[in-house]
Amino acid sequence: MTNLALRVRPRRLSLPARPSLLIGLFLVGLNVVVALAAPLLAPYSPTQPNALDAIEGSSSAHWLGTDQLGRDVLSRVLYGGRYAMLISLSAALLTVVLGTVLGCLTAYRRGWFDEVLMRLLDSVLSVPAILALLVVVTALGSGASVIILASTVVYCPALIRVVRAAALSIVGLDYVTAARARGEGFWPIMVREIWPNILDVVLVEFAMRASWITLLVSSLSFLGFGANPPTPDWGLMVSENRSLLTVVPLATIAPIVALATLIVGLNLAADGIAKARGIDRITGGLR
Amino acid sequence: MSVAAKETTRLVAEISGLSIAYRSGVRDVPVLRDVSLSLGAGEALAIVGESGCGKSTLASALVGHLRTGSRVTGGSVRIGGEDVLAGDARTVRTLRRQQIGFVPQNAGHSLTPSMRIGAQVVEVLRATRKMDKSAARAEAVRLLAQVRLPEPDVLVDRYPHQLSGGQQQRVAVALALAGAPRLLVLDEPTTGLDVVTQAGVLALFSSLRAELGISLVMVSHDLGAVSAVCERVAVMYAGRVVESGATEAAFRLPAHPYTRGLLSSVARIAAPGLPLGMPGSMADTLTSPGCVFAPRCEFAQESCTEGDPPELTPVEGEDAPRFSACLRLPEVLAAPAWEAQVRPPRTRERGEPLLQISGLTVDYRRRPDPRTGPTVSDVDLTVHRGEVVALVGESGSGKSTIAWTIAGLRRPTSGEITLDGGADLTRTAARRDPAVRRQLQLVFQNATTSLNPRRTVGDAVLRPLRLRGLRGEAAVAARDRVFEDVGLEPGHAERYPAQLSGGQQQRVGIARALAGGPALVLADEVVSALDVSIQASVLRLLDDLRDEHQLGYLFISHDLAVVRALADRVVVLYLGRVCEEGPIERVFSGPNHPYTRLLMDSALATEPGMTEALVGSEDEPESAPPAAGCAFRNRCPQRVEGLCDHETPPWQDLGAGHRIRCHVPVEIGART
Repeated sequence: MTNLALRVRPRRLSLPARPSLLIGLFLVGLNVVVALAAPLLAPYSPTQPNALDAIEGSSSAHWLGTDQLGRDVLSRVLYGGRYAMLISLSAALLTVVLGTVLGCLTAYRRGWFDEVLMRLLDSVLSVPAILALLVVVTALGSGASVIILASTVVYCPALIRVVRAAALSIVGLDYVTAARARGEGFWPIMVREIWPNILDVVLVEFAMRASWITLLVSSLSFLGFGANPPTPDWGLMVSENRSLLTVVPLATIAPIVALATLIVGLNLAADGIAKARGIDRITGGLR
Repeated sequence: MSVAAKETTRLVAEISGLSIAYRSGVRDVPVLRDVSLSLGAGEALAIVGESGCGKSTLASALVGHLRTGSRVTGGSVRIGGEDVLAGDARTVRTLRRQQIGFVPQNAGHSLTPSMRIGAQVVEVLRATRKMDKSAARAEAVRLLAQVRLPEPDVLVDRYPHQLSGGQQQRVAVALALAGAPRLLVLDEPTTGLDVVTQAGVLALFSSLRAELGISLVMVSHDLGAVSAVCERVAVMYAGRVVESGATEAAFRLPAHPYTRGLLSSVARIAAPGLPLGMPGSMADTLTSPGCVFAPRCEFAQESCTEGDPPELTPVEGEDAPRFSACLRLPEVLAAPAWEAQVRPPRTRERGEPLLQISGLTVDYRRRPDPRTGPTVSDVDLTVHRGEVVALVGESGSGKSTIAWTIAGLRRPTSGEITLDGGADLTRTAARRDPAVRRQLQLVFQNATTSLNPRRTVGDAVLRPLRLRGLRGEAAVAARDRVFEDVGLEPGHAERYPAQLSGGQQQRVGIARALAGGPALVLADEVVSALDVSIQASVLRLLDDLRDEHQLGYLFISHDLAVVRALADRVVVLYLGRVCEEGPIERVFSGPNHPYTRLLMDSALATEPGMTEALVGSEDEPESAPPAAGCAFRNRCPQRVEGLCDHETPPWQDLGAGHRIRCHVPVEIGART
């Protein structure tokens, strides 16, 4: 009886249904699906100009109207997330992986390693993100890989600090001591003992960093340093169409709303994950 | 005013039919069930029981506080005639301010770290007694003196972190006394304090009662602490009072099987042998019909598991009224004395030397400081196969430092450590041969932090087996064998630590150590965080395992009673220096080093059933060992000026391996 009851319990991370988490995951999922399926969904080409239909309001042919070059706004919005999301998700992933490993390592090693790394990170942290990125992009060009690496470098220090703080409270605990006493090295201790216990922090950080980087990349595009015209990109669209805000407001508002759904979705997901992990059965399992 | 009303107002506190439940999901889980207790002026009442019995809930109900999510489902708590649970916030505040002082469990956490102690006391005085600044400060100094703090006029300007744990506890008492209450509620006031400090704080409570005529309610799991302070006791089990009456009578001749079980679970310093305790744990019995304790009760019969829980009935033929909620009262009273419930020490063959330490010195100091010495200095120690050697001392005595050095988590400054006659243990764990690492396993004090909360306990035990090269089926079979060894079921393997009770968690910790296939187990305070009945069963388990596996234990503990129950030999440490060592019964029969005697006297004074007046020592433990001479000299009653502070004391051999490190000849010292 009891054995059966024990066996049916899920072993891995289980996220109870919380409205904020579900809404967040839905919004993020929606954005990802739309970005992937954009070629199927878009009624027109996102880049093909059409001088005859330029600057039109909403109509049955163009649901969200057209911009100054006559491109369909709906098609551009549907495609517009691809660039920002590709860059922000891969940069966030890279940031989180690198940050987690370095954060755990520095918490585990302490001593001079910790000291040197922390001072190094402080110096990076003291430069504003957008400024650092502008410098890098101006010097090395605005290719996707440059922006991904640059935002990783810019956002990693803060993440390392957060992960280090979380890991520090774990490395002093007896089960880590037990692992060290049985002679385990850094990798098994990190993967088996530390990582599962800071997973909540890492997941939240991932969602938060992804939303920040999305904003950053869109800001870059808006400033003209990110996506190059005629690439459909939300930040770039806002920049191109803001002068026509009074004439075709949808051309500016639509990409802003799309960007907002992604950012809000990521934040809600981050929030929901934090809460769900905080009250799951592992910490309060007996009740 | 009627006679009855007069009677009520004379009572300081009256709890009648109190039931409290908290909401868990959609269910109401009862925490307190129909608790009735009363407390007259100047009386001291103890509420004892194991964790989860509802005693802390009762303590906070006394000050009109309920934890979030809980609510009163019946009954009332009257303090000085006023209902604290029914009144509005303002009434309750006034009541708390004027009538009740509360000393919380951990004084270190209850003091504001960024405020001077004086300012914290003054704040209370100005609010409760409307004193002006200078009068309040003078009163604060007087209060600090009243709780026997040294140099109160200097101490008022200190911050909490500058005080020791015992001193912080005294400040918390001063804060509680500041409002001149009639009732002092103490929630586990001595838990976490060293034995000497504990004796001092308990003595303070007794003398405050005598001086101020104040009433006390003391909530504790420590039967000894309780019997030193309170003349009345209420024993709680699963939210009910199962026995209440005079402490002395209840502890001499318990009238409820649970009281009896508790008493026979406590290791005793006055007599050898392992406590037999009682089976099971509270969590298993919460939903039983009839008497909740019946499933664990040696007196239970069929009628105990039916119908309503038994009511409190008077115990006949005693001077003071006593009540017990047991259907089998006559049988319980007629049972043989609980003191006899021990497993007598076995005589064992001592094996080959396993762990040999000589001249071990560990120095934490970054740069040389002529005023202090190394944390651990010149420690010699031997553990044989199948032998339990206890390392005893207060916090800061270097016990854990020694254990960590042996485990290879810290590098010794000098000295030799060898295992099994060969392997060098002065290397750190990462540099040791895997076979050597395996032979040495750790068990920790805190079962909760010693297991990874996000891995199943089966996984925790499998890991050392994998490192031994066992894979697949063989590893699982070995895991199940180890689980069986420590009294767990194979089904427990799939659970997470939070799904096990504290005792089961500690068993997993022991199982993990056993899975490594050790010869030597370093057990660091392994039972001190456990409830007494669990403590007894874990001690018995450790005792069984050493016979089965020929294990040597280095058993680190501050609790002399536990040490006497389990150990073969004892080594007493003070500030990282060995001051006495010898076979257990020789050490306990004396003569002793002055420090050992201080420890024993303090521990003996708080043994359940001891009724002698407590003589608290004013001593506070020191933090840094001196550079030369005897480390204990500042607290030593028989110090020789000019000798003890310059020269390291010599060993005096008392035969059979019992030796003492002291300048004063033992015969002379023993007489004083």
